[in-house]
Amino acid sequence: MTNSSLIELVAGRFPQAVLASHTYRGDETVALRPDSLLAVARFLKEDPALRMNFLMDLTAVDYSAFGKSPAPAFFASSGVAVSPSAEIPDENPWRGPPSKARFAVVYHFFSLEHKHRLRLVVPIEEACAELDSLTSLWAGAGWLEREVWDMFGIRFRGHPDLRRILMYKEFEGHPLRKDYPVNKRQPLIGPVN
Amino acid sequence: MADLLSDSFLTSRLDAALGWARKFSIFQYPFVTACCGMEYMATACSHYDVDRFGAGLPRFSPRQADVLFVVGTISHKMAPVLKRIHDQMAEPKWVVAFGVCTCTGGFYDNYATVMGIDTIMPVDVYIPGCPPRPEMVLDGLMKLQNKIQDQHTHGRRPAPEARPAGFDV
Repeated sequence: MTNSSLIELVAGRFPQAVLASHTYRGDETVALRPDSLLAVARFLKEDPALRMNFLMDLTAVDYSAFGKSPAPAFFASSGVAVSPSAEIPDENPWRGPPSKARFAVVYHFFSLEHKHRLRLVVPIEEACAELDSLTSLWAGAGWLEREVWDMFGIRFRGHPDLRRILMYKEFEGHPLRKDYPVNKRQPLIGPVN
Repeated sequence: MADLLSDSFLTSRLDAALGWARKFSIFQYPFVTACCGMEYMATACSHYDVDRFGAGLPRFSPRQADVLFVVGTISHKMAPVLKRIHDQMAEPKWVVAFGVCTCTGGFYDNYATVMGIDTIMPVDVYIPGCPPRPEMVLDGLMKLQNKIQDQHTHGRRPAPEARPAGFDV
């Protein structure tokens, strides 16, 4: 199976759900509407041509500061390439954030059977920062969703135990949101330094 | 009369002997949380051999330990645990901040990290470095030995110094 068929499989089965897609060096990404996440995820897991039995990662991105400041000077002066080499053609490039929504939840799936990968990107607005939980399909999603709740404040419907996982329960706010002050500390003991 | 006796020959010799005995029988509690632990192990093992300084036996109970080695980054979530370990140690006790994260927070300046363990407990010896070389650890250990040798006359250790005003980060 060629990699390009993964996007086609998902887009062919759920034409209404797919917002966008792109490919980078054979790694495919599909941007989805939030309300279709659970159906697409079940399809990815159970379809014999896909069999995504391994949820490798689940995280989120806060795009609220995206593009508002230039790339750090370190990268420009270090000689490290910040954009892909033009010598290798990029036929289906990334066109920026999937939508105007503030957050995007990112899922990385891998099929141990077929040895292929697919990334799902689900943009969600801050006002309704809630998605369906994938714990009913992949038990390993439980802790990853707790981490996304802890760091970004995105809720997951149907999660059995949506508590903070890294920070303590007295902590207020979600530290990886771009509007969390970078120096703000909430110590349990000792001075606020 | 008490003033005359306080510096008498016999008392000072006894205290010196006590300090000498204490500084060569350091039972350490290694509170290892991060990568500095590797350097701590390198120092403790036979190549550098911390046992030459009488500090070869780590005790994994704070009630049996004299020196608390805080080795590695301390997060705000971990801080109450560390404070409790320190409170459980019997006097006389000393604290060594091992590595720059425990000294000042190091390069971490964020929501999670304690900016130096001296904000929550008194510290006797700071060993900076990321991580410190074993030679620096041994130097710090010898400085601690000097402190133990000299401190006996003061009895209980004094309260930690207050941080200077306007120190807010």
